[in-house]
Amino acid sequence: MTQDTERLRESSLFDRATIADIQRAADQGIYKIRGFGAKRKVPHFDDLVFLGASVSRYPLEGYREACGTDVTLGTRHAEKPLKIDIPITIAGMSFGSLSAQAKEALGRGASEVGTSTTTGDGGMTKEERGHSTKLVYQYLPSRYGMNPDDLRQADAIEVVIGQGAKPGGGGMLLGQKISDRVADMRTLPKDIDQRSACRHPDWTGPDDLEIKIRELREITDWQVPIYVKVGATRTYYDTMLAVKSGADVVVVDGMQGGTGATQECFIEHVGIPTLPAVRLAAEALQELGLHRTGVQLIVSGGIRSGADVAKAIALGADAVSIGTAALIALGDNRPDLAAEYEKLGSAPGFYEDWQAGQDPAGITTQDPELAKRLDPEKAGHRLANYLRVLTLEAQTLARACGKSHVHNLEPEDLQALTIEAAAMAKVPLAGTGWIPGQNF
Amino acid sequence: MTKTIDLSEQDLRHANRCLQRRDDGTQTEFDVLNPMGAHALAAGLQEAVTVTIHGHVGYYCAGMNQKATVTVHGNAGVGVAENMMSGHVHVTGDASQSAGATGHGGLLVIEGNASSRCGISMKGIDIVVKGSVGHNSAFMAQAGHLVICGDADDGLGDSIYETVIYLRGEAKGLGADCVEKQMDDAHRATLQSLLTKAGVDADPKDFRRYGSARALYNFKIDNVGAY
Repeated sequence: MTQDTERLRESSLFDRATIADIQRAADQGIYKIRGFGAKRKVPHFDDLVFLGASVSRYPLEGYREACGTDVTLGTRHAEKPLKIDIPITIAGMSFGSLSAQAKEALGRGASEVGTSTTTGDGGMTKEERGHSTKLVYQYLPSRYGMNPDDLRQADAIEVVIGQGAKPGGGGMLLGQKISDRVADMRTLPKDIDQRSACRHPDWTGPDDLEIKIRELREITDWQVPIYVKVGATRTYYDTMLAVKSGADVVVVDGMQGGTGATQECFIEHVGIPTLPAVRLAAEALQELGLHRTGVQLIVSGGIRSGADVAKAIALGADAVSIGTAALIALGDNRPDLAAEYEKLGSAPGFYEDWQAGQDPAGITTQDPELAKRLDPEKAGHRLANYLRVLTLEAQTLARACGKSHVHNLEPEDLQALTIEAAAMAKVPLAGTGWIPGQNF
Repeated sequence: MTKTIDLSEQDLRHANRCLQRRDDGTQTEFDVLNPMGAHALAAGLQEAVTVTIHGHVGYYCAGMNQKATVTVHGNAGVGVAENMMSGHVHVTGDASQSAGATGHGGLLVIEGNASSRCGISMKGIDIVVKGSVGHNSAFMAQAGHLVICGDADDGLGDSIYETVIYLRGEAKGLGADCVEKQMDDAHRATLQSLLTKAGVDADPKDFRRYGSARALYNFKIDNVGAY
């Protein structure tokens, strides 16, 4: 029967996606677990624009005058701060969530352009260490695969308190991704649905964290920087307390940050967007007199383009970190896999079932047949290309604002297109001098 | 010959560098005086050295130990021998929270009592507590053995994986998915071996064995009330 589509009116409250969610919950009796990150629209860097040069500002020549992009991380306490050539790092993603080939590719891509990559829940793999010239070792609540020998061969340590996709929640790795190797690295039975702890087992609160950081420094002889990573929630206070606890670098992950597997209600409804988070963290560092001087700020959660990179830096970040975008650069959601995505009930551009272990791109899987589809060398080179583009774009925008280093970008270079973004980023609404919440 | 490190005269960093043999690779025996509750003392040892600490220590004493034998003549703060990989850590007094947390190997002996979360997320370490343990001990414990000669507070073995608990006294309550299991000769032999290594004179027949029912290993809607 042909339907008269003009007479059909979709509810904004109970739209088709909401109805499907209710039907799925009624069918399955369990919450939805998925990968990727928040899909709802929230104020973001797209809502900001650079002012560029004008009569009162002059730009740098795009192809002649230098615009620096190097960043030194961990200048506060570490004997060997981590120097990266571009202001973009690869975020922590676990072996287990990702295949060994994907971890190797991330290392190869990052190394090709002189930046760092990061381990994840589950420990350090030899592929990752071997192909990463700069590797950050995550110290997580689960302590899966936590090994002091690996700690000592890391170039930096990241104490993970939370991540943007699930501040207050622990990791999740479903049984279909617990291969023999993953189980062995995590000291867990094979095929279980593994629930990572959400709290560290041997410390609570900033006073304990300070002692924990001291222990990590003693074990590593004060050589390498120690980061503290938080999901964006009470960002101003978290940044203050991380610094008080002795962090060299604070990593703030906004709610758009991706995940390998988490409850959807968590992904979409916990945490604040990256846009206000970067500003709050920068303000905390400024108040402490440590911004751009003593403690570095890395921001992640929804970084896709060089414009995002430049805007995050202008708002106060020293560097950004990417996860979801890096996987896409490796080959996730590729159009040529359309037929295989269709078999899984998805399509290129929509695939989010990173928890399921059936990734046709061979990235978010432990199936050896699927994993070997990913050529680490080629995928790594694709990632390097993407990182180069992000860097070139950020440099282009910085030069247009007359900056000889991306770190010279500042909030004054930005204006907002929406009242919400103006309030969150604390820059004027475009064409006005108005920053909501300020200068009444 | 034993080298003496006096923490009333030396700072922690120099003391640990010495114990870690970063400065001198030949010394194998150390006496540490006046620890005065220092945190992270003897953390990160990698060699088969013997360290005797005379006094109370703070957090994370012998943290991430590898191969070394560390004896604390006193009480230990939070996280003694946390994430130990191998070796032997012995506390003659009581231990605070999270003793032996996430440890992968080696033996931790506590002559007194251990506070809450003893053996939390343990991954292969053996822990022998001559006294009692606090609540949520062996929480999410993955592998290894926890021997408790006294009693256990509430939530023993909550969400436990494959760690085996031997308890001589009473458990105030068991955590989710932790159940009493049959104890046969092989288990008694394992327990006897642990007791002997720990220097505990006790009869394995007086202990009961606890472990995972493995009912919560996979998400099932029928189990939702157990979480």
